[in-house]
Amino acid sequence: MKKFVSAMLAMAVSAALIAGCGGGDKKADKGSGGGNTVKVGVFLPLTGDNAAGGELELRGIKLANKLHPEVNGKKIELVVADNKSDKAEAANVAARLIEKDKVKVIVGTYGSSLAMAAGNIVRDAKVPAIGTSCTNPQVTKGNDYYFRACFIDPFQGTVMANYAYKKGARKAAIVQEVSNDYSVGLSKFFKEAFEKLAGAGSVVETANYQTGDKDFTAQLTNLKAKNPDVVFAPGNFTESALLIKQARQLGIKAPFLGGDTWETQEFINVGGKEVEGICFSSAFDREKAATPEAKKFMEAYVKEYNGQQPGGLTAMAYDAYLIAYNALKVAGTEDSVKIRDAIAKTKDLETTTGMTTLNKDGDPIKNAVIKTVKDGKFTYLDTVTPDDLKAK
Amino acid sequence: MEIFQAIANMTAAGFAQHLVNGISLGSLYALIAIGYTMVYGILLMINFAHGDIVMMACYFAFFGITAFHIPWYLTFVGTIIATALLGVIIERTAYRPLRDAPKNSVLISAIGASFLLENLANYLFSGRPMHFPDIPFLSSMIPIGGVQIQAICFFIPVVTVICLVLLLHIVNHTKTGMAMRAVSKDYEIARVMGINIDNVISITFALGSALAAVGAIMWGIRYPGITPYLGVMPGLKCFIAAVVGGIGNIKGAVLGGFILGLGEILIVAFFPAFSGYRDAFAFIVLILILFYKPTGLLGETTTEKV
Repeated sequence: MKKFVSAMLAMAVSAALIAGCGGGDKKADKGSGGGNTVKVGVFLPLTGDNAAGGELELRGIKLANKLHPEVNGKKIELVVADNKSDKAEAANVAARLIEKDKVKVIVGTYGSSLAMAAGNIVRDAKVPAIGTSCTNPQVTKGNDYYFRACFIDPFQGTVMANYAYKKGARKAAIVQEVSNDYSVGLSKFFKEAFEKLAGAGSVVETANYQTGDKDFTAQLTNLKAKNPDVVFAPGNFTESALLIKQARQLGIKAPFLGGDTWETQEFINVGGKEVEGICFSSAFDREKAATPEAKKFMEAYVKEYNGQQPGGLTAMAYDAYLIAYNALKVAGTEDSVKIRDAIAKTKDLETTTGMTTLNKDGDPIKNAVIKTVKDGKFTYLDTVTPDDLKAK
Repeated sequence: MEIFQAIANMTAAGFAQHLVNGISLGSLYALIAIGYTMVYGILLMINFAHGDIVMMACYFAFFGITAFHIPWYLTFVGTIIATALLGVIIERTAYRPLRDAPKNSVLISAIGASFLLENLANYLFSGRPMHFPDIPFLSSMIPIGGVQIQAICFFIPVVTVICLVLLLHIVNHTKTGMAMRAVSKDYEIARVMGINIDNVISITFALGSALAAVGAIMWGIRYPGITPYLGVMPGLKCFIAAVVGGIGNIKGAVLGGFILGLGEILIVAFFPAFSGYRDAFAFIVLILILFYKPTGLLGETTTEKV
């Protein structure tokens, strides 16, 4: 998923460059490291493969810092560190933030492998970290000091299963990209959740394909014979778009559901009119502000970045800062262990993507947005709340 | 047994649909495989850049229609000419200087040409997938008794057969074809006999690349997401198709293409659990052929090599 998100972001960033970046990119003041500041480490890939994603997230953190600059009478100082999209470098940088810069809490990073590289370091040093968009379950699992602001991969599968069931689907088929952990993870949790709702055997077909495949006609012909009400097909956007196109050509009329990787312009470009009406889950929707904080965030972003619209990654980074900010406020101390405990207790915190509560793993429980493609554009369709998932 | 269940569950329409899918995929492989086999037949060298020539042809057609708004039929003609030229240019710059060098050097040069084309496309057109334009007349679906057939699927086998007949005519019944056959037998002697082997080789590359362009256009209509690495997998599979059929033998390449295309589809149809391993099918066939009939299916029966 990382690759495709970054491809999408590369586009967004180049658009940003063309639009002309306004200033505002100055480093946080270095001189003011006295007793009146609290240091927050910003741990992001600002160079290397994931730089596009890191850059967008840095914007979210800086914006959040601008809107919430002080806590308990002290100024929050951001210490920005570049993990260079490199695992070895990520470990070094995390150690430096803790030992040299003496940050109390770390916000970041984009990329699960980078977060995992820093996992042991933050745990051993007992300095909490809040991931921005590292979605792999392993980041927080078994690590009391790593939290995150984004969904984990499996969550989306559960959300889509519930959504499909709610809309009346009783027979589902899955088409998964077997070589992609993201797709397999989503599919597994979709199947579990759907069979729990609609009964064993309600997932009538599970078909596989490989990353890079172009022809899905054989799998789809088999699938058509099973006549499912809905098809869950998370995966890379190019393959997914071709898959849906071929499904429609073969006369499969069932709706297609997927994950957040579909939210890129290329998905619509390649899929054309055939992807109209598909549904997928996403964390952030800019058309419909989930909370007053979301409204504040969007307005500030548009102002700061010359009329550009914020995306999901920026929102997620903004939320990660808010979680840290709230914990600093609640803990009322600069003791990292106490801050960690305050983060773990985060409950119903108002963030840009709804009210955030962290579960025992340190993963957020919050609303998911269901989006569709209408007239060649991504459009808001529905919201699935954590209560919706519990109802069954 | 899974296979019996799969057969029991399969309706006539479902099976017909699988056959249609397989034949259209197989014809595409066949067209591209001919290019490999022709070059090998003459130069005894595997043109690893062939798959990337297919990719470039897709982009030529894409830009002709979307950026320059040339009508699709003219674009297709233009694409075939441009791709033939590209093939000739690659031959001149990457292979001709190595004409008298060891065969391995040319092979490595071919791999270099392949990487060059991929990265060039990545640089020029970006890695983001582009949508090959829909040609209403060819992209539309025709339902026939429960089987959905894309119009292009009727054209692909027909075009493949026409190309094959034309090519066999050129090779067997024209003076140029005779020269090609002579070069393929022994190019040193052919050179001594006054045949301009550089020209013959250029023509071979032009023909092979033109066929690649025909394959590319149909590939684009059938699988419309085009990326700089689009040619890699089809390139490998078509190379395997050429080897399976007996490399150097044009009819063998077509046969190999159909075997791979149909095999891939039917394996997924009857063994749905293996659908993630369909690419492996081509390689398993390759291994079996190399074990039991290294010359390929038609490699021995015909002596002509072009």
